Amino acid sequence: MSDLLDLTLAEARKKLAAKDISSTELTRAYIARMEATAALNAYITTTPDKALQMAEQADARLAKGEAGALEGIPLAIKDLFCTEGVLTTAASHILDGFIPPYESTVTTNLWQAGAVLLGKTNLDEFAMGSSNGTSYYGPVENPWRSTDEPDKKLVPGGSSGGSAAVVAARSALAATGTDTGGSIRQPASFSGIVGMKPTYGRCSRWGIVAFASSLDQAGPMARTVEDAAIMLQAMAGHDPKDSTSAPEPMADLTASLDQGVKGMRIGVPAEYRVDGMPEEINKAWQQGIDWLKAEGAEIVDISLPHTKYALPTYYIIAPAEASSNLARYDGVRYGLRVDGGSLAEMYANTRAEGFGEEVRRRVLIGTYVLSAGYYDAYYLKAQKVRALLRRDFDQAFEKVDAILTPTAPSDAFAIGENEDDPVKMYLNDVFTVPASLAGLPGISVPAGLSERGLPLGLQVLGRMFDEGSVVRVGRALERAADFRAVAAMVREG
Amino acid sequence: MSLDKATVASIANLARIKVPDDRLEAMVGDLNAILGFVEQLDEVDTTGVEPLASVTGHSLPQREDAVTDGGYQARVTANAPESVHGFYVVPKVVE
Repeated sequence: MSDLLDLTLAEARKKLAAKDISSTELTRAYIARMEATAALNAYITTTPDKALQMAEQADARLAKGEAGALEGIPLAIKDLFCTEGVLTTAASHILDGFIPPYESTVTTNLWQAGAVLLGKTNLDEFAMGSSNGTSYYGPVENPWRSTDEPDKKLVPGGSSGGSAAVVAARSALAATGTDTGGSIRQPASFSGIVGMKPTYGRCSRWGIVAFASSLDQAGPMARTVEDAAIMLQAMAGHDPKDSTSAPEPMADLTASLDQGVKGMRIGVPAEYRVDGMPEEINKAWQQGIDWLKAEGAEIVDISLPHTKYALPTYYIIAPAEASSNLARYDGVRYGLRVDGGSLAEMYANTRAEGFGEEVRRRVLIGTYVLSAGYYDAYYLKAQKVRALLRRDFDQAFEKVDAILTPTAPSDAFAIGENEDDPVKMYLNDVFTVPASLAGLPGISVPAGLSERGLPLGLQVLGRMFDEGSVVRVGRALERAADFRAVAAMVREG
Repeated sequence: MSLDKATVASIANLARIKVPDDRLEAMVGDLNAILGFVEQLDEVDTTGVEPLASVTGHSLPQREDAVTDGGYQARVTANAPESVHGFYVVPKVVE
């Protein structure tokens, strides 16, 4: 494995600016690595020719002193972002052959900053899942293996499983993800990388295949907190094409990064100590609390009383919005068409064959909870509990500046596990869903290894639009954890 | 509340997703498990609580009612499974 692959995004940026390396060299190293790690099934589409072309253009701009913030940096893009002229699938059969005639705002921002597209990463179908197991293109393998069962293939988490795996396997320098209920943070935890979901509204949703529009938010997946901050800075920004896009500009995150946590008040919510949680998760959490205390933060016990209702609320609101968003897949305008005797039959056949099992389930649940006579009992009720969840956080943030929790209730599980029972799979997002419903920014930072040698992440949550505090606390955890472990396949090259 | 086969068949029709008869039973089980899970919300007292539909706190922006984009029929229909003369083609709906 080339030494170039060990550089963080921040380091690569310096070397590119100093002309110690070229983007073409760096991109070639990543293309070779993508080929060497192809068995992980983390990419749905690779774009090596386009990558080299973009790298060449980046080198030209670097030579002229016109470098953008991500000039020459090779990135992977979750295959939920529309990329002009490049197949975009949402990992669904129903989008067969879809070549977007336009580019999403987030990726437009990245290319304008000079980044290079390596390829499109695998995900759970329409981002619905926590294991990457619902992809039409097959499961993604986590580059990590456990010490007790080293032959067993593990999931990278989901839904941004491909993005997490390519960053962990060093087959992209960083990647985009999207997070609706934990889809950036949980795979980051499972794969030993940093994943950040900014405040709802920070990144434009325009050109991202929609799942649940009041929750969907794009964010970076990277090797370090600094890398994630640099990337988010380039992704974020107001966009008139997304009516929920935040008009306020985001503060410079790299400026607050190393300010430390001295004097900050960090909340520890009692309700996140859930029944049956493995002791090692509690231990990692306690370790995080001790680290922040040692760095001068004040630890405050807080209560978020409606936490246990977050998942049931989410599993009404997200499917309801999905059933509405996914109505557009009708076999008429793009993707798969399965013929039938009439127009209605063509719709029903196309959607039966085009959607996988989990997507069909969620569309049906969503249709039911929105249907006449049940709307108040389910959807309206869930929106009211959502207000209470938000109020819990508002009240907590009167007392604290940030909140520390585990990211996920376990380490990575085996491919195929938890698939027999949809509700069991949903429990993976127990710690990430509440902040999604409230719209808050959050980050997952690798904190250590489980007893079986797999990464465990800690989650930091902040106030609305306060990404600065989130990366500040995240960076303090990262410094204290000094997490240097890598997957065996990276160690062995 | 528990769903039966007839209700699931009618939801599937509303959602325009064909569920073959031999798959209906399994789908009924899955959906009831999910509904059983979400019905925990009945425990929460939400009297007088305003439903939260948007977290941003912003009112939706408005702009002048003017054409700002468009005019690419060929690009828009380029991904259609079937199109003729810049239009989408669907099975005949009027006899």
